[in-house]
Amino acid sequence: MSLNLLGRFARSPRVALNRVPRRWSSISQRPGSDRVQFPGAVNSKFTTEMSFINPTDLPSIPTFRVMNSDGELLDPNRKPLGVSNEEILTWYKNMLAVSVMDVVMFEAQRQGRLSFYMVSAGEEGISVGSAAALTPDDVVFAQYRETGVFQQRGFTLHDFMSQLFANCNDNGRGRNMPVHYGCKYPRIHAISSPLATQIPQASGAAYALKLQALQNPDIPQRIVACYFGEGAASEGDFHAGLNIAATRSSPVVFICRNNGYAISTPTLEQYRGDGIASRGVGYGIDTIRVDGNDIFAVYEAMQEARRIALSDGGRPVLIEAMSYRVSHHSTSDDSFAYRARVEVEDWKRRDNPIIRLRKWLENQGLWNEDLERDTRDKMRKDVLKAFGEAEREKKPPIREAFTDVYEEVTEEAEAQMKELRRIVETYPDEYDLRQYQDGVKGI
Amino acid sequence: MHTLRSPTLRLIRPPCRRYSTAAPSAAARLNLPIDYRSSPLLHHSSASLSNNLDLPESTTSKSLNMYQAINSALRTALTASNQVMLFGEDVAFGGVFRCSMDLQSEFGSERVFNTPLTEQGIVGFAIGAAAEGMRPVAEIQFADYVFPAFDQIVNEAAKFRYREGSTESNAGGMVVRMPCGAVGHGALYHTQSPEALFSHVPGVRVVMPRSPSQAKGLLLASIFEHNDPVIFMEPKILYRAAVEHVPSEYYTIPLSKAEIVKPGNDLTIISYGQPMYLCSAAIAAAEKAMGANIELIDLRTIYPWDRQTVLDSVTKTGRAIVVHESMINYGVGAEVAATIQDGAFLRLEAPVKRVAGWSTHTGLEFEKFILPDVARIYDAIKQTLEY
Repeated sequence: MSLNLLGRFARSPRVALNRVPRRWSSISQRPGSDRVQFPGAVNSKFTTEMSFINPTDLPSIPTFRVMNSDGELLDPNRKPLGVSNEEILTWYKNMLAVSVMDVVMFEAQRQGRLSFYMVSAGEEGISVGSAAALTPDDVVFAQYRETGVFQQRGFTLHDFMSQLFANCNDNGRGRNMPVHYGCKYPRIHAISSPLATQIPQASGAAYALKLQALQNPDIPQRIVACYFGEGAASEGDFHAGLNIAATRSSPVVFICRNNGYAISTPTLEQYRGDGIASRGVGYGIDTIRVDGNDIFAVYEAMQEARRIALSDGGRPVLIEAMSYRVSHHSTSDDSFAYRARVEVEDWKRRDNPIIRLRKWLENQGLWNEDLERDTRDKMRKDVLKAFGEAEREKKPPIREAFTDVYEEVTEEAEAQMKELRRIVETYPDEYDLRQYQDGVKGI
Repeated sequence: MHTLRSPTLRLIRPPCRRYSTAAPSAAARLNLPIDYRSSPLLHHSSASLSNNLDLPESTTSKSLNMYQAINSALRTALTASNQVMLFGEDVAFGGVFRCSMDLQSEFGSERVFNTPLTEQGIVGFAIGAAAEGMRPVAEIQFADYVFPAFDQIVNEAAKFRYREGSTESNAGGMVVRMPCGAVGHGALYHTQSPEALFSHVPGVRVVMPRSPSQAKGLLLASIFEHNDPVIFMEPKILYRAAVEHVPSEYYTIPLSKAEIVKPGNDLTIISYGQPMYLCSAAIAAAEKAMGANIELIDLRTIYPWDRQTVLDSVTKTGRAIVVHESMINYGVGAEVAATIQDGAFLRLEAPVKRVAGWSTHTGLEFEKFILPDVARIYDAIKQTLEY
């Protein structure tokens, strides 16, 4: 593997300069050199001017966009996206589907039909657009506001609703809070509530994919896509994940959804640098900032990021996708306690990934008011149908409370299940097991 | 935007039950929802309050729930000393459980502020501030999210004084508050109660109140009366559910002192936090059905704990049950039971029983089967008395 990597490095002058692990190169301070050659900072020029870098003097990292908020392409000379209109319509419908489901489920939570929900309003473009650039073999680690990634990768309404109602068809066996989806193929690891924990995991997973591809050239090259918010990027795991991915050259694309709020905390109290993108540069990671309301820009950036991640033997990439969290953090949050209603209304009216793509589609003659109405009506009916079926379905058997802690149920857990069954049988009036598959026999 | 129009759910057949996993069986007489309005554990009048807390007669009180009582304690602390600071995620707008409501506007953003989203940063920041003479109250949004700060708590806060030695520098004055425990639908990551993990670490005090008035007195004692770091765990289901009279002024309840909440002669039940209410309900049913007289002890401080009060009680009753919500394996019950068999062995007339969460994670749909309930405590009482 080392030889192979060296061969690749040797062909790329830039890589040869910056990316060769330093233990392979001899570093010494030559007399009369105009630059420092300490192991920790190679190639830094000496200067007699004492000057602290003040970040506010540096220009902000620009934001890549392809289309403006009227759905018009900004650069007429730009080469086309290379995606069929049919495919773009699929993206639009996937964003719409997430949005329609979000509205129904948010309201359903308010009615007490499920315990919790989180919508993606304003961020559908980031999740759908980035997932569209992945292959089904790529692996995803997500946070909790990436419903569009699941939707774009083929998660069905039946899958969504089974998880939301934690019924016996739920991949998570009824164990997780709503919106903590997980999918075997295309692989999206089950959502974990703690923030940022998935970031170093993604780095390790990507390294595993890289090693496997080196060990078996017949399997397709794969990347890991890792999603998180700008709040999560304050956790130590963000630093750990990006730094270790850089040092091990893991083929992972980090996608930060910068939506302006971590629950109530605005970005001004979250960090003082130039967003999250500026940090990627510090880790030596290829980085871009994109307009998250522009699904074309997100798709193109992700497609290129995927290519970069697999080039030169693999390396991490950071995408910071800018958006505005139109919704409350979750159904447990009332965001008007900390931000003005007018601010939210303003954003909703001004810009939004769904409306922007809809304008483009209408400009192309691919969409109109009738199609919009009919599609929404059909989607809403489909959601409600799947909702009703999932809600009526039984919960998993109670023994699933004890399985999967270890590969096999321990002797201790077996004894506890026996004791639980004794209790339930001794006090049958105290427990209602009718909604669980197999009732008391399911323990 | 028209997509935000409220939909109608007419097309969906009304469900036979709501999602709530706490819905009791229709025929239940033990596993009923706790009626906090009539629980003998809460001070429903100011008279019972002043008897219990040994307060001067001039004391005024107000009926508060637990988040209001904690808010009152924090306000009292911030008023009493400029050394007190309050910070954490989303603290500025009042906190996700409303414990810090209005405190930033009353005391300013120098002492009450939001932090970035980093638990290791929050606790490390608090340790540093405490080491330099402040009394920082750090909020971790959920106990489930304290683990990035485990290094700071276990290796730093707990060992600070010990490694400094004669410099006498320490992390005392730091209180790390965190909501803990089950609410019925928190699943894996909004339910945990990691007191046993912290109680394994000498050097931090671990406290869990059972009620609003207890919360205020114990929190003020944690902030002001000890120079040791304190992990202050707040059973979040009590934030709104438990309402009682709480003294308006400054008062403290000593740490590391258990309380005999209900005296009895035949059996001792030792618990803390929310399961105190389950124990109380089980005791009422058992005393009625079995004619026994049962003592209930609230540990209040999990570590360092009041061994003497527990041993004295078991020496009197000869029987003991330990009840807690978190997992039974290597839990607080194991420590208490081992201490009892060591210190009161010859008086024991039955094995010390533990009623606690099973050794698994709290899967969403299974919570009510995993965590202790009144029926399981009732059954343990029956078995222990009949042994």
